[in-house]
Amino acid sequence: MEDTIVAISTSLGVGAISIIRLSGSEAIKIVNKIFTKNLSQEKSHTVHYGYIKDNKEKIDEVLVTIMKEPKTFTREDVVEINCHGGIATTNKILELILKNGARLAEPGEFTKRAFLNGRIDLLEAEATMDLISSKSEEARKISINTLTGESSRLISILRDELIQIIGNIEVNIDYPEYEDIEQLTNMKILPFIEEFKRKLQEIIDKSEDSKMIKEGITIGIIGRPNVGKSSLLNALIEDEKAIVTNVPGTTRDIVEGSIIIDGVVFNIIDTAGIRQSNDIVERMGIEKSLKIIDSADLVIVILNNNEELSEEELDLLEKVRDKKHLTIINKIDLSSKIDRSKLKDTYIEISVNKNIGLDKIKAAIKKLFNLGELKTSDLTYLSNARSIALLHKALKSIDEALTEIRNNSPIDIVEFNLKEAWNYLGEIIGEVYTDELLDELFARFCLGK
Amino acid sequence: MDYEIIVVGGGHAGCEAAIAASRKGHKTLLITGNVNNIATMPCNPSVGGTAKGIIVREIDALGGVMGEVTDKTLIQMKMLNYAKGPAVKSLRAQVDKIAYPREMLKVLRQEKNLLIKEGMVEDLIVKDHSIRGVILSDGVNITSNIVILTTGTYLKSDILIGSTRTRSGPHDEQPSLHLSDNLKKYGFNILRLKTGTPPRIERSTIDFSRTQKEDGDPKYYTFSHTNQHYYNIYRQEPCYLIYTTDETKKIILENLNKSSMYGGLDDITAIGPRYCPSIEDKIVRFSDKEKHQIFLEPESRYYSDIYIQGFSTSMPRNIQEQMVHSLPGLEKAKILKYAYAIEYDAIYPTQIKPSLETKIIENLFTAGQINGTSGYEEAACQGLLAGINAALKLENKEPLILKRNEAYIGVLIDDLVTKGTKEPYRMLTSRAEYRLLLRHDNSDLRLSPKGYDVGLLSEEKYQKFLYKKEKIYELIEKLKEIKVTIDTEKRRTTMSVFEYLKNPTSSLKEIIATFHLDLDYTDEVMEEVEIQIKYEGYINKVNREAQKQLKNEEKQIPPDIDYDKVANLASEARQKLKEIKPLNIGQASRISGVNPSDIAILLVYLRKYYHE
Repeated sequence: MEDTIVAISTSLGVGAISIIRLSGSEAIKIVNKIFTKNLSQEKSHTVHYGYIKDNKEKIDEVLVTIMKEPKTFTREDVVEINCHGGIATTNKILELILKNGARLAEPGEFTKRAFLNGRIDLLEAEATMDLISSKSEEARKISINTLTGESSRLISILRDELIQIIGNIEVNIDYPEYEDIEQLTNMKILPFIEEFKRKLQEIIDKSEDSKMIKEGITIGIIGRPNVGKSSLLNALIEDEKAIVTNVPGTTRDIVEGSIIIDGVVFNIIDTAGIRQSNDIVERMGIEKSLKIIDSADLVIVILNNNEELSEEELDLLEKVRDKKHLTIINKIDLSSKIDRSKLKDTYIEISVNKNIGLDKIKAAIKKLFNLGELKTSDLTYLSNARSIALLHKALKSIDEALTEIRNNSPIDIVEFNLKEAWNYLGEIIGEVYTDELLDELFARFCLGK
Repeated sequence: MDYEIIVVGGGHAGCEAAIAASRKGHKTLLITGNVNNIATMPCNPSVGGTAKGIIVREIDALGGVMGEVTDKTLIQMKMLNYAKGPAVKSLRAQVDKIAYPREMLKVLRQEKNLLIKEGMVEDLIVKDHSIRGVILSDGVNITSNIVILTTGTYLKSDILIGSTRTRSGPHDEQPSLHLSDNLKKYGFNILRLKTGTPPRIERSTIDFSRTQKEDGDPKYYTFSHTNQHYYNIYRQEPCYLIYTTDETKKIILENLNKSSMYGGLDDITAIGPRYCPSIEDKIVRFSDKEKHQIFLEPESRYYSDIYIQGFSTSMPRNIQEQMVHSLPGLEKAKILKYAYAIEYDAIYPTQIKPSLETKIIENLFTAGQINGTSGYEEAACQGLLAGINAALKLENKEPLILKRNEAYIGVLIDDLVTKGTKEPYRMLTSRAEYRLLLRHDNSDLRLSPKGYDVGLLSEEKYQKFLYKKEKIYELIEKLKEIKVTIDTEKRRTTMSVFEYLKNPTSSLKEIIATFHLDLDYTDEVMEEVEIQIKYEGYINKVNREAQKQLKNEEKQIPPDIDYDKVANLASEARQKLKEIKPLNIGQASRISGVNPSDIAILLVYLRKYYHE
């Protein structure tokens, strides 16, 4: 048997309840050590009320569900602890479990076990991971579509188109003297491959939109101290009635909160105020803020209407020019000291305190990300990073094929690239090499001695 | 023991097996039904073809004989797919059906350790699941350490023409009546297969003016790496191309129920090859096609039979007459031999190991059509490997197992023993996932060191190979050194010939001529170097992919593994693993019905219980 793994299986801090899940032969034994009730003789698939305790100290009031193998997600013994969503409490319970012999699960390890134990297939495994991590209603719909095989169908259609060309070339190669079968030449397949590339590109574009919907868009708010970064953040969040959390990441930036606009999650990152500083700690913070410009999907630069533009601010505006960004002038209720002629971009004038212009910001965001006309209206596109990476690989192979066609390379070399693309597409839907190709050959062409 | 090795059957597999075994110094007996039928070609008069031509090169590189015998007896030679890419180029020879067996018999008779005997093997001597010899139809027992069965289509074979079924082998030869039943008795599962052959026509009755002539290539080629050719490119025999007519189609459709396969016989269970359909199959399955291509091929310079390639059928004789006469130029043709289909027994090839030794009886090897393949080349290469591995077994050495990235022979044997087959198996380039590595040009680079290591390839040939290899290396190094300056409209660039050759439109011969380079190398060496340089990127890519797969090839599965103890395997996977007994994880992953999750489970199990 494998060792017992544990993880917080809900997004930390997002819901009112957190679920901690264990899987493995020791799962029940471990939880038993920190639970007020004896679980060792309990039946499978039962729920138990009680407290998690650290020695005698009660940590949280919880519900514990025990599920014994094989009828569980991983086909191992599984225990789930429903606790009250606070970060500190959830972390405390996790620590206790780790101390009592479980190992922290790697990302996706539960699903991996389910897959390895034959509980689910590869595509289901991926879709399930997506489902678990889906952050909004829209994302949930995409996940369900994957489960029902909509996106598999899309890829299958593309593959079928490609296999017809590949099959024909293979026949030309294996039966070179059958003149009554069309001999495919580079010139003959060029228009088809160009059209194929266009279709593939379209799927990639839509899939990337789809990914955006699911994983969310990162917004960095940046500006000098006291220009109103925090109040803008709070105002946006307040307006959407989203949950505000303070989750300090070890390596990640500080996500102050998330808002949802038209079903898309926007994760807003607060940054340290930008100014000249001799303080080392503060300078490190400022460095980090500047890095946000590179990593965020959207940068909002806030200026203070009541102060003159500083050199740093002009630098900042220059730095964000090539990125998706919004320039905002806050505090328009106060007297204007900004020389607006120095601003090269359009800007939005607001007053967070007087609640002026917030709608304009949201409208601008919507426009920047084409939220009104996201291509994924039917939500059948592939959305996880692995699938998209494979789509890109397939596209690269198609590009190689086009290059070889234009160089007038031998058809076998062109086909090599087409086959590669076909295999990448197959990997997305979990098709490994089978006798598919041979069957295609014999079904479609009349061959033989 | 009377002999160390007995080879049963004198076809293409049997000849290679017997020669390999005896050349490796083992006292060998070849038993055949009729010495006059040794190495005959009962079907098409050609050797090679796409993929198959490369197999012949591989046989030669390992030290087998098919390549040289073909070189000495061919009457036309063609390089197929010349422009379609370096990996798919392949030789095909039209071979003289009289000269080929005669030449092969000559080679066999030169072998000091080999004796040929006429006889019909009907049973085996088996003790403790191990072979001890064979029993002939006249009751004579001959003992040996190893037996190699290369029985071709002779196991309980039936010739089918129209509504008649006759128990007979090809050439009206006596088939083996009991051997397959006896194999069943020892525990083998028997497979019934079918193949067919077209009619032969008297040359003088054909009006060739109505056909399209197909000549051989105006350039010398050889299968053998000795590069010694025995034919004259100006005296090659042509083939001829014609097409079926509306009349042909009409005759076939009207008489369909008279064909053995379409109702003429109602007891047909055997499976025929998809790539070798009868003409009635083609007309029924591709009914929208107006005409089908037919080649007229000469069988020999010593007699006048013309083989009608593409026209195999199991129609009754009178319908065959009508069908043949519906073909352009054949209106008055005289049929010398009628077409027929033949049914025969084979064993399920999943019952043999990658060394070609059977799993059921130790020291019993099988090769060729008995293993479910079709084709002279497919048979010959298995015979060669069975002969080599039989000898290695006697010498207590590890068997020679070729990997899928090393040889078409490796692909063929791995497919057979891992996936099995339901129809007669023919090699196709599309079966080889690493075909860019398995080229005509590099067959010796891939296999001659192995042929030498197992003690089959002669010292002389090996030295010749080493010399060529050195020349290839030398030329590549020189091309890296030599700089050329190329002027285009835009700019002048200086680069090494090595770099310049990567340009898809460049050619080494042209570069040498243009820049007057002093490089004196054989065509063979220049071609090899050019391919290695020009396709380096692709070759490296395939090599990386193959290495990735090879890792799994090295993860051995202990032969004593009990799959019932591996928890969580899907039941289909468990059953297949038990049946195939894969040697390693790589082979296991290629078994149909064994999924990646099963492989992961198996790996976990192996790690845990065998500490690997």
